[in-house]
Amino acid sequence: MEPAIRVNQLSKRYASGFQALSHVDLTIESGEIFALLGPNGAGKTTLISVVCGLVNPTGGQVSVSGHDIVTDYRAARSRIGLVPQELTNEAFETVWATVSFSRGLFGCPPDPDHIERVLRSLTLWDKRNNKLITLSGGMKRRVLIAKALAHEPEILFLDEPTAGVDVELRREMWQVVRQLRETGVTIILTTHYIEEAEEMADRIGVIHDGEIVLVEEKRRLMRQLGSKQLTLHLPSPLERIPPSLNGHQLELADEGHELIYTYDAADVSSEDAAGIPTLLSDLRDAGIQFSDLNTRQSSLEDIFVSLVRGRQ
Amino acid sequence: MNLYGVRAIYLSEMARTRRTLLQSIVSPVLSTSLYFVVFGTAIGSRIEEIDGVNYGAFIVPGLIMLMLLTQSVSNASFGIFFPKFSGTIYELLSAPVSSFEIVLGYVGAAATKSVVLGLLILATAGFFVPLRIDHPLLMLLFLTLTALTFSLLGFIIGIWAENFEKLQLVPLLVITPLTFLGGTFYAIDMLPPLWQTLTLFNPVVYLVSGFRWSFYGVGDVSLAASLAMILLFLGLCLALVRWIFQSGYKLRP
Repeated sequence: MEPAIRVNQLSKRYASGFQALSHVDLTIESGEIFALLGPNGAGKTTLISVVCGLVNPTGGQVSVSGHDIVTDYRAARSRIGLVPQELTNEAFETVWATVSFSRGLFGCPPDPDHIERVLRSLTLWDKRNNKLITLSGGMKRRVLIAKALAHEPEILFLDEPTAGVDVELRREMWQVVRQLRETGVTIILTTHYIEEAEEMADRIGVIHDGEIVLVEEKRRLMRQLGSKQLTLHLPSPLERIPPSLNGHQLELADEGHELIYTYDAADVSSEDAAGIPTLLSDLRDAGIQFSDLNTRQSSLEDIFVSLVRGRQ
Repeated sequence: MNLYGVRAIYLSEMARTRRTLLQSIVSPVLSTSLYFVVFGTAIGSRIEEIDGVNYGAFIVPGLIMLMLLTQSVSNASFGIFFPKFSGTIYELLSAPVSSFEIVLGYVGAAATKSVVLGLLILATAGFFVPLRIDHPLLMLLFLTLTALTFSLLGFIIGIWAENFEKLQLVPLLVITPLTFLGGTFYAIDMLPPLWQTLTLFNPVVYLVSGFRWSFYGVGDVSLAASLAMILLFLGLCLALVRWIFQSGYKLRP
């Protein structure tokens, strides 16, 4: 089966001389949720714009379900729905009119039932006769999603879908995306909210300075790069770590009130659970008591920051 | 061919016209009617006939042309400028529509509106001045060709303009003066010889003359020259639009 998107050696240099993308290779499989992460100006939007036909590439090829975006642009573009970052809309049109317009524009015959399904799934049905200018920001964002879904695309691009959206609406948006995936739609989202990628994505690509730095399954990425920390809160502070505990990766914090053990998250499933049982029994032998403990796994954000920093 | 796409663009542009009926139809018809009232009924009776045509009736083709040119340009330019300005053009550019289909939708709608407007003004003129149309089919041909050509020009201006000022520049500073000096209110042979020659460099002269010929069988230049001029203009605009889409000029960076 053809991948949903295949990007091959894609480059984009704008007329200003700015190199937004350099030799990007990327394959996105059909049916997955792919999150493209990167700081502002990394090239996320340019990459999406090239795939969707908004920006002309200066080198390389892109195909959508096997259709080249230049030579076979009709087949390629009709498979894609794009939800842009900016909340742009025809202020004086109604929700119904603007969503129906999108369906026609993408070459589909009118289908009021489909439009109704889309509007209902995005809880826009009650607003169908409202002019866009009267809608709240969150509703406008939904209208943009409805427009992108009007022609039943196989692939949906969400460019920063939850930028400037409140927490509740963000969760709703995630729900919508998950439902879409269940219907078989491939979803590519860009974000700089790590939380979002962590919550949603099957795979994550990190883009930085126009280059793809890494593409990995989310779980594996977090396992590979994630370290865990166990923090023990001590009722009586330690001045230094007793020599009997030298075999463990320990450090003292909070003026001796905290003992921090760093270990690899991947080892937890191993036989002695990353050395935690041994550590605890060694602590007991050394006569160190603790009143509380907590563990913390590094988030994608930590991973992301260390990746981007590592390249600077 | 993505006919549903063309239809969607065309209908949404026509819907925009309906939403702004006062500004886009009523106001141009009304303001042109004022000319008929003043020049046709009030002053016209004191001005002698030109080429055997009553003065009020003489100015009708030129005035329709004036409205046709300015309205085609401003309507078509706004139609494409506004999505560019508001950002909604992303959808058009990401859609499976060819540049020809985009032009067909936008320019087709703008030209339709201009033709309707031209016919409305013509009908209104009939109330005020003694009108006669010797060659109705030719008249319609000129009306349609001019509407189409200047809607294309408007489309080009809409893509070229980055702000509202530039959008107004061409209709106000180029088209209106050229039309006023293009024989709308006088026959060219009424001018001093030097101006008669200079006037022939004004392309609008050929449009007004050809259009007036279809009404009264008389014009400042030959019918063939008029037809050739409008077709030349149409060809130029088509070539420019083609270049815009091929190069991505101001549309696809």
